[in-house]
Amino acid sequence: MTTATATQAGAQPVRAGRRPPLAWIGTLPFLAYTGIFLLLPTGIVIWNAFKGTSGGWTLSNITALNTAPVRSAFKGSLELCVISSVIGAILGAILAYAVASGNPDGMIRRLYLAGSGVLAQFGGVTLAFAFLATIGPAGLLLHASWYSSFPWGIGLIYCYFQIPLMVLVFLPAIDGLKIQWREAAENLGGSTWHYWRYVGGPLLMPAFTGAALLLFANALSAFATIEAWENQINYVVPQSISGSLISEVGLANVHQGDALALGLIVVVVIVMTGYFLLQRRAARWQG
Amino acid sequence: MRTPYRLGLAGLTALTLVSAVGCGSTSSSSSSSGGYNWSKATSAASGGGLSALVTAAKKEGTLNVIALPADWANYGTIIKDFTAKYGIKVNSIAPSDSSAQEVTQIQQKNGTSLAADVLDVGGSVATASTSLFAPYEVATWSSIPAGLKNPNGLYTGDYGGYMSVGYNPAKFGTITSLSQLLGSKFKNDVALNGNPTEANAALNGVMMASLAQGGTAGNIADGVNFFHQLKVAGNFNTTQATPATIKAGTTPVVFNWDYLNTASVVGQPASDWKVFIPSNATLGGFYYQAINKDAPHPAAARLWEEFLFSQAAVGGQNLWLAGGARPSEQVAMTSNGTINKADAAALPPVVGTPVFLTQPQATAAATYLAANWPKAIS
Repeated sequence: MTTATATQAGAQPVRAGRRPPLAWIGTLPFLAYTGIFLLLPTGIVIWNAFKGTSGGWTLSNITALNTAPVRSAFKGSLELCVISSVIGAILGAILAYAVASGNPDGMIRRLYLAGSGVLAQFGGVTLAFAFLATIGPAGLLLHASWYSSFPWGIGLIYCYFQIPLMVLVFLPAIDGLKIQWREAAENLGGSTWHYWRYVGGPLLMPAFTGAALLLFANALSAFATIEAWENQINYVVPQSISGSLISEVGLANVHQGDALALGLIVVVVIVMTGYFLLQRRAARWQG
Repeated sequence: MRTPYRLGLAGLTALTLVSAVGCGSTSSSSSSSGGYNWSKATSAASGGGLSALVTAAKKEGTLNVIALPADWANYGTIIKDFTAKYGIKVNSIAPSDSSAQEVTQIQQKNGTSLAADVLDVGGSVATASTSLFAPYEVATWSSIPAGLKNPNGLYTGDYGGYMSVGYNPAKFGTITSLSQLLGSKFKNDVALNGNPTEANAALNGVMMASLAQGGTAGNIADGVNFFHQLKVAGNFNTTQATPATIKAGTTPVVFNWDYLNTASVVGQPASDWKVFIPSNATLGGFYYQAINKDAPHPAAARLWEEFLFSQAAVGGQNLWLAGGARPSEQVAMTSNGTINKADAAALPPVVGTPVFLTQPQATAAATYLAANWPKAIS
């Protein structure tokens, strides 16, 4: 928050003479990058979602989204993303606060950051298999009955990489809290509750919701973990997309996969719009 | 070829992809050896005989194969022996792809040196994709049963097997019928090789259960109902069975093709792994070879087919047999004496009249599964 005001103040250099404004050139690499890796693929997906298997335009891929298996896959995706991102965000934020309140150069902090960096990337078949072999139905340690339940069982497995990711992305925000603010609150007679309710909480809220959104998207696109965990039922949309691409028994339809991906894009757009409105509201009173 | 063993193959895939990319630019398209265009050859004889084919293939120097896992029907050895015999480098692209992905690969890569030259696909994909294949008859064409080949040579049955149940006899005793699997000692133990709406091996696993329950090849409903009962009994394990899950003990009873269910493929000692083929449900299935009509290495592709269908001691037919699969020329080779008798005797015994799904039957099964499988097992 403070850095934002600092850059605003510094962003208006005094211009000498009259040169044509060329500052936009600096954005070219960024625009080219997002164009090639975000906008172009999105456009191709949308275009192909309206193509038929034998060429020509059709709406059948879109209308096929309104069938029981697809509806249940979207419902499953949303449940899994909400559960794993909410649990991951809350526990990760608490852990990040614990790490931040320790010695900034201490061994514990370095250990946590290194560990989180590794575990945030620990997903896919390896993760599902680690849980399966340890606490699955025939696990070495125990036979956990929640293991194969959806969405809670797989949601908790997702937390294994969601919590470390939250620690990594949320820690800088907590580090940004100044000790002086807390002292100021205490000098004015505020309690710990008052500090978190009126100072710390509101300041961290935009970073918290942003990080939670990242976790949401992270869970939405995760595929290999849940596919290795459950091979028979398409609980989430990426599994349905996979089925529409690889089925060798005659049920493959690439364009149906594009339509499913378009559905995911719509979900992300809705969530991003909500996030944007929330941030704008937060920015207004933070001004 | 299908959706087989992903664990441990990822690294291999990456390696082979790197090698495929590395030599991508060296291979030339459209053969011009001796002026003959091998991409038009419908047999070795039509291009001047086998030795002319060998010369042209060696000149191309490279062959792109796709979706051939090293532990699937002995493909690891087959590729090695082909390279040893002809000095042609084999790029093994995406070993764990499904048949549908093989077709997608050639559609996307045709016109480049990275397209797969030859495919090994299931029946549904083979019959649906003939417009992408080149007609070709191998020298041993007459040894292949008529029911296993397209009359124009667009695709040719290469090897197959019977649907089987692999299990640990030390743990469960001898299994003599599928209905035993509904018993309480199989809690969470019974798994398929894949999702039957996606993978051939899994679809045939459900069909085998259907036949064992008294159903017919035209109706998979009894099989879906059997797995529903398995699920209700708590015996259906819904993770995909792989050699890794078998080693870890999480999928101790596996429905799969018999050649993928041998003790050596799943990495178990012979005393701890037995294969059972139900006598009232002997369900066979074959895979098919096809040549990409726009193959970047047309001569090498045709030489590969000649090698795969060769009846020699170190030829494709006997090598598949050594891997536990049943080569399509088995009957002819048994009568002319070229078959490896020891390997043939080691195949799991099959009793009863084998059933092979026709294409309409396979399509009907897939359609029924798409609508009913998720309901039955959730």
